[in-house]
Amino acid sequence: MTVPVVREATPERKAEIFGKVVADVRFQDYVHGCYECGICVAACPSARFYDFSPRKITQAVCREDLDLFWEHVNVDVWNCSQCFSCDRCPRGNSPGGLITIMREVAVTAGLRSAKEALEGGERVVYKIMSTGTQVSPDMLQPEAFPDWGPDVQDVSRNLDLWRRALPPETLHTTTTAWEIDDKTLVELYLIWHMTGVLDMIKAVDEGLHMILNDVMEELLEDHDIVVS
Amino acid sequence: MSSPDPNRGGPSAPSTLTAGTIPLEVVHARSFTRNPDLAPIEDIREEVLKLEAEGEWIVQRVPDDHTEVTTKYGRTKKIPNRHTWHHKSCGQCGHIPGYSTAIFWLNRELGTEYNDPRDQTSCTAWNYYASATSNAPAQAAVAMRNFAAAYETGFYPVIHCGTSYGHYKEVREELVRHPDLRAQVRDILARMNKPLVMPEEMIHYSEWIHVMRHEIRKRTVLDLSNITCVVHPACHYYKLVAEDAIYDQEIYGGQRTAIMSQLLETLGAKVADYSTWFDCCGFGFRHVLVQRDFTRSFATLRKIERMKEEANPDVTITHDTGCVTTLDKSQFAAKAHGRNVGIPVMSEAQFAALAMGAHPYRVCQLHWHSTDYRPLLEKMGIDWEKAWAEFESDLDRLRSGKTEFLTWDDANAK
Ligand code: SF4
Ligand code: SF4
Repeated sequence: MTVPVVREATPERKAEIFGKVVADVRFQDYVHGCYECGICVAACPSARFYDFSPRKITQAVCREDLDLFWEHVNVDVWNCSQCFSCDRCPRGNSPGGLITIMREVAVTAGLRSAKEALEGGERVVYKIMSTGTQVSPDMLQPEAFPDWGPDVQDVSRNLDLWRRALPPETLHTTTTAWEIDDKTLVELYLIWHMTGVLDMIKAVDEGLHMILNDVMEELLEDHDIVVS
Repeated sequence: MSSPDPNRGGPSAPSTLTAGTIPLEVVHARSFTRNPDLAPIEDIREEVLKLEAEGEWIVQRVPDDHTEVTTKYGRTKKIPNRHTWHHKSCGQCGHIPGYSTAIFWLNRELGTEYNDPRDQTSCTAWNYYASATSNAPAQAAVAMRNFAAAYETGFYPVIHCGTSYGHYKEVREELVRHPDLRAQVRDILARMNKPLVMPEEMIHYSEWIHVMRHEIRKRTVLDLSNITCVVHPACHYYKLVAEDAIYDQEIYGGQRTAIMSQLLETLGAKVADYSTWFDCCGFGFRHVLVQRDFTRSFATLRKIERMKEEANPDVTITHDTGCVTTLDKSQFAAKAHGRNVGIPVMSEAQFAALAMGAHPYRVCQLHWHSTDYRPLLEKMGIDWEKAWAEFESDLDRLRSGKTEFLTWDDANAK
């Protein structure tokens, strides 16, 4: 993983990205001003381990401080745990929700910092978008989870056998978390196409976009679905 | 509800408690009365029904056979007792399959008919909260596609993952507040010939277990009175769109969610307190994937070590995918560094199933867990060596080709 860094940008570019955050349909639900009380920081797990503050992020946005906003949207947002402990804000804000929007804007705009932040996670994005389940049993490999101890090796060695030993019929899979109908998958692909998510992927990872597009096109064609 | 037992290495009196710990006696004494008329926010469910009256969508009703509970602001919530459609969790089914299996097993034992669909995708929110490579319309369309699929079966949706549950409540708010978003999602579903359907209530599976606790108790075959549990309530259950979580005056004076704690008490186990109960588990969505140093540190330093020092429990019980994974798997590396860890972690579904006599491997699939659970099983009176030998003989049948899959009958074989 590359650690995302702040790169200089023109005031116009910062204002453009800020404008996209404010224009998000959820922005008015998540940000109502800020008392600077710090309750969100006290509740925040990421604030304990990183130089990170949901208060600072919310404040920067409320004050329209574009330089500070630019730092946050490039670096800090990626340290958030998205736990929403900060939703206890007395002003009714959701700093975590604001961060979700800021991340999304960073991805859609193809910020270099977003590309860096997403490095290493391509496998998961591919899995969820192409199969409809985020993690699969065959992801449990010792090289991927060396810190989880030798049990991961046991699971990986016995994977097929142990999956066949599961009583629910839907769980005999190894490449997806459960068995999903093809028709369901076609509907999911339609959603990715119709909501512009594939375009978001293109903005941050062209290679991944190409692979996903190929996989999806094949199944959509098999079901005579045309997406424009 | 019990305070930490002084004989178990935990603190014996408030004066010795770690800074920040509020003794449970004090929590109880501050009992908190709720008045739904004073709720700080609107009841979104009324808006959901209004939109149905305006022809905007269909509202799938909770089945008549349901139980009423009280939620955070004193409102009433209906929990279906039976006839449920199971929105599975990818992390549970993929990496801790005894979690999902235990939920289904409980349904079978209690005779509450259920549907385990193939026409279901993940909520995709783990990826969304990790990478943000999605957007509000896509997330809402995924949710509403799944709800429409449930509606088509006639079974009522029950959500296994805390994150799916919390995220779908976010989606519900967004769809209620933003007509354009609703229109966009309706168009997408129309392309699939699916109607726009919103469930009357969002239900997490642990709420079903909560209302079934007396039925579970009736069928409990183990004496759990010497088992001390600590509880980690999942952030996305009671913090993300907080108003739907179950609260009960009798549990923590109504000041913390009653989920899991009330079940464990009903089953006769002890529930001990620890100071960082409000902290998240450290999962972090993107952190557990690409920045696991944070996840490990938080899970062990802020959670497991605190639990161990302050309550020294036999088991940590939680009710969400990421929490079980993080709290369990993070302990290996911490142990290697000589830290004070070593608490088995499982869902309350698995724990309740064990209490009812479920097989620890055929049903609860504990071999997928990492932190040593065998001392707990011994203390619960379960002969894990015999159970493992039975499971091994099942595996031999699979290996020999005599059978391709194990079945529910195999799971309950004597
Ligand atoms: S959602 Fe992010 S900002 Fe909010 S408490 Fe969690 S880690 Fe902190
Ligand atoms: S809790 Fe709310 S009002 Fe207080 S500092 Fe955080 S965002 Fe601002």
